[in-house]
Amino acid sequence: MSDVPYMPQMPATADHLGATVEHEKSGLLGWVATVDHKRIGILYLLTSLVFFGVGGIEALLMRIQLARPNNTFLSPGAYNQIFTMHGTTMIFLVAMPALTGMANYLVPLMIGAKDVAFPRLNAFSFWLLAFGGLFLYFSFIAGGAPAAGWFSYAPLSEQPYSSTTGVDYYAIGLFVLGMGSIAAAINLIVTIAGFRAVGLTIRRLPLFVWMVLVTQILILLALPALNASLSMLLIDRLMNGHFFVTDTGGSALLWQHFFWAFGHPEVYIVVLPAFGMISEVIPVFSRKVIYGYEFVAASTVAIAVLSFLVWAHHMFAVGLGHSIDVVFAIGSMLIAVPTGVKIFNWIATMWGGSIRFTTSMLFATGFLVTFTIGGLSGISFAAFPIDWQVTDTYYLVAHLHYVLFGGTVFAIFAGVYYWFPKMSGRMLSEKLGKTHFWLMLVGFNMTFMVQHFMGLIGMPRRVFTYPDLPGWAALNMTSTIGAVIMGIAVAIFLWNLIISFVAGEPAGNNPWDAWTLEWATTSPPPAHNFDLLPPIRSRRPLWDLAHPEDPDWKHGH
Amino acid sequence: MQPISHLFLIVGIVMAAILLLVTVLVLYASFRYRDSAANKLPRQEFGRTSLEILWTVGPVLILVFIFAMTIHAMKESDPAFSVNQQVDLVIVAHQWWWEARYTKSGVVAANEIHLPVGKRLFVRLESADVIHDWWVPQLGRKMDAVPGHPNFLWLEADSPGFYSGTCAEYCGAEHAWMRIGVIAEAESAFESWAQHQLEVPSKLPSGGDAAQGSELFQQLTCGNCHTIAGTSAQGKIGPDLSHIGDRLTLAAGRFKNTPANLAHWLTDPQAVKPDSHMPNFQLTDPQVRQLTAYLETLQ
Repeated sequence: MSDVPYMPQMPATADHLGATVEHEKSGLLGWVATVDHKRIGILYLLTSLVFFGVGGIEALLMRIQLARPNNTFLSPGAYNQIFTMHGTTMIFLVAMPALTGMANYLVPLMIGAKDVAFPRLNAFSFWLLAFGGLFLYFSFIAGGAPAAGWFSYAPLSEQPYSSTTGVDYYAIGLFVLGMGSIAAAINLIVTIAGFRAVGLTIRRLPLFVWMVLVTQILILLALPALNASLSMLLIDRLMNGHFFVTDTGGSALLWQHFFWAFGHPEVYIVVLPAFGMISEVIPVFSRKVIYGYEFVAASTVAIAVLSFLVWAHHMFAVGLGHSIDVVFAIGSMLIAVPTGVKIFNWIATMWGGSIRFTTSMLFATGFLVTFTIGGLSGISFAAFPIDWQVTDTYYLVAHLHYVLFGGTVFAIFAGVYYWFPKMSGRMLSEKLGKTHFWLMLVGFNMTFMVQHFMGLIGMPRRVFTYPDLPGWAALNMTSTIGAVIMGIAVAIFLWNLIISFVAGEPAGNNPWDAWTLEWATTSPPPAHNFDLLPPIRSRRPLWDLAHPEDPDWKHGH
Repeated sequence: MQPISHLFLIVGIVMAAILLLVTVLVLYASFRYRDSAANKLPRQEFGRTSLEILWTVGPVLILVFIFAMTIHAMKESDPAFSVNQQVDLVIVAHQWWWEARYTKSGVVAANEIHLPVGKRLFVRLESADVIHDWWVPQLGRKMDAVPGHPNFLWLEADSPGFYSGTCAEYCGAEHAWMRIGVIAEAESAFESWAQHQLEVPSKLPSGGDAAQGSELFQQLTCGNCHTIAGTSAQGKIGPDLSHIGDRLTLAAGRFKNTPANLAHWLTDPQAVKPDSHMPNFQLTDPQVRQLTAYLETLQ
């Protein structure tokens, strides 16, 4: 239970709350030695940002290579390392740390706690990430990065076919990252379960916290499957084991089952917290309470349960037989239902609102459409005869980027524009932000919309080049130009972060007039987060403070 | 292919309709409910169960429909087979080329697979090394070639022509150049092609570059990996070269089969297809010329 004292009376507005900023230690040591969840959260976010730059440059290198047919900008060996590292980086070193960082920073603030349950474990989790990431990238100078794809299918990932140490670095690096994720998950679960402020019942949790909680449970159940399979791969590679070596009686398909038993929940691990951020941003900028809170929360649980029952939809082309395909098609189709419930509730939240199109809200609105495109193309894979044509083609590349970029990354941008003022005390420039958004929207759709068609006319994924077949060159060039536009948009975003951190407008405690507890303290918050907490009698304690004539608790929420 | 493209069309229309609905709702809400200067707080609506039921049940019904269409397309596009079904064609995927063995005639081909039009062949798909994937988009489903796990599929072309395909599962360095050509032709043309493939290349060339090339082929270690019928070269690692002159492309679709390209390939395979398993033999120019002349005689 949080032990922050409560305000004796309700003041008229939330602006009276908060305290002066204080820090544990100043300078670099303060950051390296920190156990403050806010600093650790920011470290996670900065790490993610650095790797986002690295992964983005890798993507641009690939798009340059693919700009024209039979291009020789990159050798096949270099291209294959780069696409493997791009996928691995974006999943494990960008999406997961960004979301864990957000959760780290925000969850204690949103539940009125001073810190997470285990601050030292929290720091340990972060440093596992940092060193795991560095370890993975060290492979480049240790004889070559892994080149077996981010899901490292056996037996290609085995010693006879991947003879450099790249895959070993991949396996050990991801193993370390996995330990960090599991520790962070335990920490967040205990924090949410045990450190909520008085009155903040589970049914009053902000939806972001809800979705973080469900995500951590997914991590706790899914990541051990990955770490177990990575251990088996290492035993094969370093000790002549035979788990996945077919020549000596191992099974190539076993790896796929193990990997996707982790891999599909992983998709929701990097999507659900994004849903959580969208569920905070849309109500605040629509000036309305979230529509159908219980349904948005419950659909999250439904997605989490279903996510463990769909892994073989990554294996429809493997030849498992029709009956297995049918079972996994049912699960995969069902998962569209709770996802649709969320989309409609978000739109219903906007409906009848008074929408302020800040950059954050623009990204959230863009998310609604781009993520829907990714979700819908996902259904075409669940209708598996279609998968038998389009899987492992650029149609799939388009689909996954609509989910992970049009979904997760758009939501992270929405979240960064929304919470940056809380973290830094300064507003991000709206002018630069809007340029960032529109360039990103155009660049993103230009890059990935055409990839659907590339796949449909026969272009497989993961090829370092392609023959000059009719239409291929034009589509690929379009995609490359789109990627360059995305690169410019990201550069503007980085510039915005720097310039606004130095000279942005002061944010004040609650610049958006938002309703959850993190806005009841200063920006940035003091080390102990709160001096006083407002009474919590509903899901929107700051709304209740500001609107004593119509508090949520009178409506039974 | 027909049943799958039909299913794609139906699913595509449904998806487009849903996307249109969502986009229109989002755009309408964005313009209609855009912040007015009045700064009036909108009414706080907490939700309505009837609407929640509507947007839960509605999608379920749509998915039931799609599921039914899926099952139908599955049966049509990938018909069941009995365990006793006679295999007509064995396709073995290699890093980075395709081997085709016709079980009845004994013909062995590489990368370019001939089919009699309108005849359904039952194919067993195997892999010699890592996982590959057979994919000729116009001829139906793709299927992985998994080592230790043979897969089966039906292969049929309705009309004569050349069908382009490719490996669709990432299989290492030269995944991009593991292309497939399927040549569908009338039954009689197919039969005569098969007959021709079975012929042992006519007696060794006498005199000239070709004769020296044939000697060179045996002296160097070419035969460790390649087969040329009627000679002592019986290797099974690389493609059978008994009729290489017949093929349209070299190195699994890397480039057209011309004497110049063949010479280029022999001079430095690693420049043409880096990391491929064909080593650079450091051949001299005359040697390349002789080998090219010899291989060109293998029609």
